[in-house]
Amino acid sequence: MNSSLLWIIAGMAVVTYIPRMLPFVVLNGKRLPSWVEGALRNVPFAALGALIFPGLLFVHDSLFFGIVGAASAVILSYVNENMVFIVLGSIFILSLLLPIF
Amino acid sequence: MNTHSLYQVPDKYTGLKHGGAIAIGYMPAAVTFGFLAQSTGLTFMEAVMMSTFVFAGAAQYTALGLISAGTGALEIIITTFVLNIRHLLMSASLNEKAEASHPVIKAGYAFGITDEVFAVTSTNNGPIPSSYIYSVFLTAYVSWVAFTAAGHSAGDLLPAFLQTSLSFAIYALFLALLLPPLKKSRKVLVLAGTAALFHGILYPFLPEGWAIITAAAAASILIEWAAPNSNREEQPAHE
Repeated sequence: MNSSLLWIIAGMAVVTYIPRMLPFVVLNGKRLPSWVEGALRNVPFAALGALIFPGLLFVHDSLFFGIVGAASAVILSYVNENMVFIVLGSIFILSLLLPIF
Repeated sequence: MNTHSLYQVPDKYTGLKHGGAIAIGYMPAAVTFGFLAQSTGLTFMEAVMMSTFVFAGAAQYTALGLISAGTGALEIIITTFVLNIRHLLMSASLNEKAEASHPVIKAGYAFGITDEVFAVTSTNNGPIPSSYIYSVFLTAYVSWVAFTAAGHSAGDLLPAFLQTSLSFAIYALFLALLLPPLKKSRKVLVLAGTAALFHGILYPFLPEGWAIITAAAAASILIEWAAPNSNREEQPAHE
């Protein structure tokens, strides 16, 4: 096994784990200023917005692939809000429509 | 479906189900990673070790690109750090909603806080049980490592059409998490919309990890200033 690659993997593991772990350990049981706690409670839905857009548009060479996929997910979410249903359903619809992209 | 009144504390079995949705999304990404790793010249062990010890999709893809370009170890590690700095914000946010636990228990599941695990777990109403977070993370993790191995051994195991449509799976998962609460709460809509807009403006100018953390933090602070969360207020959770 290539030893420089082992060092790369070890280094990547450390710098990935530290930002994930520090807040849980440093902030464990501590109260933050109330505006910080309020803002942190907003992060899940803000993060979802930033994770979806604009990345969604670049999944495929055609912008419409992501847009049609998102539209499918929106329609399916009115049928049933189950997570697995929406994920598999929109993949199924995209598979059917694939020839148009 | 009103998750507000029917809401139950998610347990480790719910975690398996929710982690399963991530596992589906990880399958094509991990198969592709394994296949690319093999074509970049990584051995089977090296590819599987990277997925086992790093567990960070975007960073692993980027590392492959840098390895094949002959980039030095230090630069690869720094790039990984910059990409994953966003998890600092995500862990701090999940920590607010997670049930009180021994720091060692939290440090254990912290390893698994990818974008997807964060998105699935943090959109539940708090306090979120540690057993649920472990269950979501481990289900997703097994998929990530196993399909890395499968991709390295047989990268073309998925038919081309399925590979293309499955590339949407992660976004479908994010949408499945966002849409139900977004329909019930104007605040969720404004939060997600503002962060999406900020990210759209920032992404050409900042490295990816910084663009996401800046957009999400700015939107969260702005909306907290405009509409403060009261102490016990809960936002609607996903199914």
